[in-house]
Amino acid sequence: MKISVTVNGKRYERDVEPRTLLAYFLRESLGLTGTHVGCDTSSCGVCVVVLDGEKAVKSCTMLAVMADGHEIMTIEGLVQGGVLHPLQQGFWDQHGLQCGYCTPGMMMTSWVLLKQNPNPSEAEIREGLSGNLCRCTGYQNIVKAVEQAAAAMQSQPVETVA
Amino acid sequence: MFPAPFDYHRPGSLDETLVLLAQYGGDARVLAGGQSLIPAMRFRLARPAVLVDINQLDELAYVREADGMLAIGALARDAALERSSLIESSYPLLFDTSAVVADPVVRQMGTVVGSLCHNDPSGDWSVTALASRAQIVVRGSTGTRVVPIDEFLVDSFSTAVAEGEIALEVRFPSPPPRTSGSYQKIERKVGDFATSAAAAQITLGDDGTVAQIGIAIGAAGPTATRVADAESALRGIKPTKDAIRAAADAARKIADPVADPRGSVEFKKDMAGVLVGRALLAAFERLGVGGLR
Repeated sequence: MKISVTVNGKRYERDVEPRTLLAYFLRESLGLTGTHVGCDTSSCGVCVVVLDGEKAVKSCTMLAVMADGHEIMTIEGLVQGGVLHPLQQGFWDQHGLQCGYCTPGMMMTSWVLLKQNPNPSEAEIREGLSGNLCRCTGYQNIVKAVEQAAAAMQSQPVETVA
Repeated sequence: MFPAPFDYHRPGSLDETLVLLAQYGGDARVLAGGQSLIPAMRFRLARPAVLVDINQLDELAYVREADGMLAIGALARDAALERSSLIESSYPLLFDTSAVVADPVVRQMGTVVGSLCHNDPSGDWSVTALASRAQIVVRGSTGTRVVPIDEFLVDSFSTAVAEGEIALEVRFPSPPPRTSGSYQKIERKVGDFATSAAAAQITLGDDGTVAQIGIAIGAAGPTATRVADAESALRGIKPTKDAIRAAADAARKIADPVADPRGSVEFKKDMAGVLVGRALLAAFERLGVGGLR
């Protein structure tokens, strides 16, 4: 089936099998390997991408054909003109990652969280990220990274492509 | 693992959806949020030959009150309830439930009606739907019918939706004054299936007696289960510690869980009672009735 999906502001037309999962479409058809695949069963959240600028979705549990005509933002869409997004800067500054495997999903989930709630409490960040698993850094610095990003975005709003 | 191959259709209207469902009958499954169906297909627990994707039918994405009912359309996501001030202020049982279904990311895609249609024995919405006496609007090419939740939940992963039909909407009766409720769930981690769950909804009469009551348990049988004996223990009386204890015991008695890594049968039966007790206490306390602990 022919689909047309806008990813990080760029439109892609591809022919896919209906059973192709969005995560694999992004990684294998488009070469956007920033989106990771972890548990592959909708439990870990490393594959989260943003759908239509408003929903964080687990791309291992969405068919690529469901994204036909829609806009997806992946981790590759965060950086603008070589400048890190406040979330990326926050994860860097606060040591919010060690191995980095969960990081794209953490950031994309946080992106939607901050869009809906620009000034979340620590508890709201922890609740918002409770569908995303980290197995090495631990959550303390991830929460700090999101807090830093929230503060930075409050003082200087950023635009992203999605 | 990838789903087995299937044919994919994305109708642009409800009429077109019904034509496709009539055409493909039992070979077709409706795809809404996909948060249960897609994993089931990946594990090959489900192998539909045809998927009818209704995600384009934005007109089904409503949550609205009308004619004494809260109507939730087939494409309303769990997250829409969690963020609704109407649900937060007027439907405490639904608000409780919406905050603990799966995890916050899954809730952005998952739908209430889809969860009811999936009818997982450990699902959350079916428990809440029983306690609040919901109805499901089911449409086929020959017409529309309204199915009470007790008849809708036929068996594990099986509902009253027949071949060629689609569940369009779930309706929750708008709570009368002095109504409250509570949803209680034990899970090993966020996003895991419930180890045990219970829902209660209570309406008090002017004299402080229980006028209406709904109590149900989850992860305790082939489907969510109404605990009629627990409802009887409280209906028509002013709540007492003993009556709540009797309701909890009724839940322990009727619970029919399976042993799995989440717990033994004995443990889960006991938890069904504990959670019914907690749900009732929370509901009464929200109504300002204390002294029951």
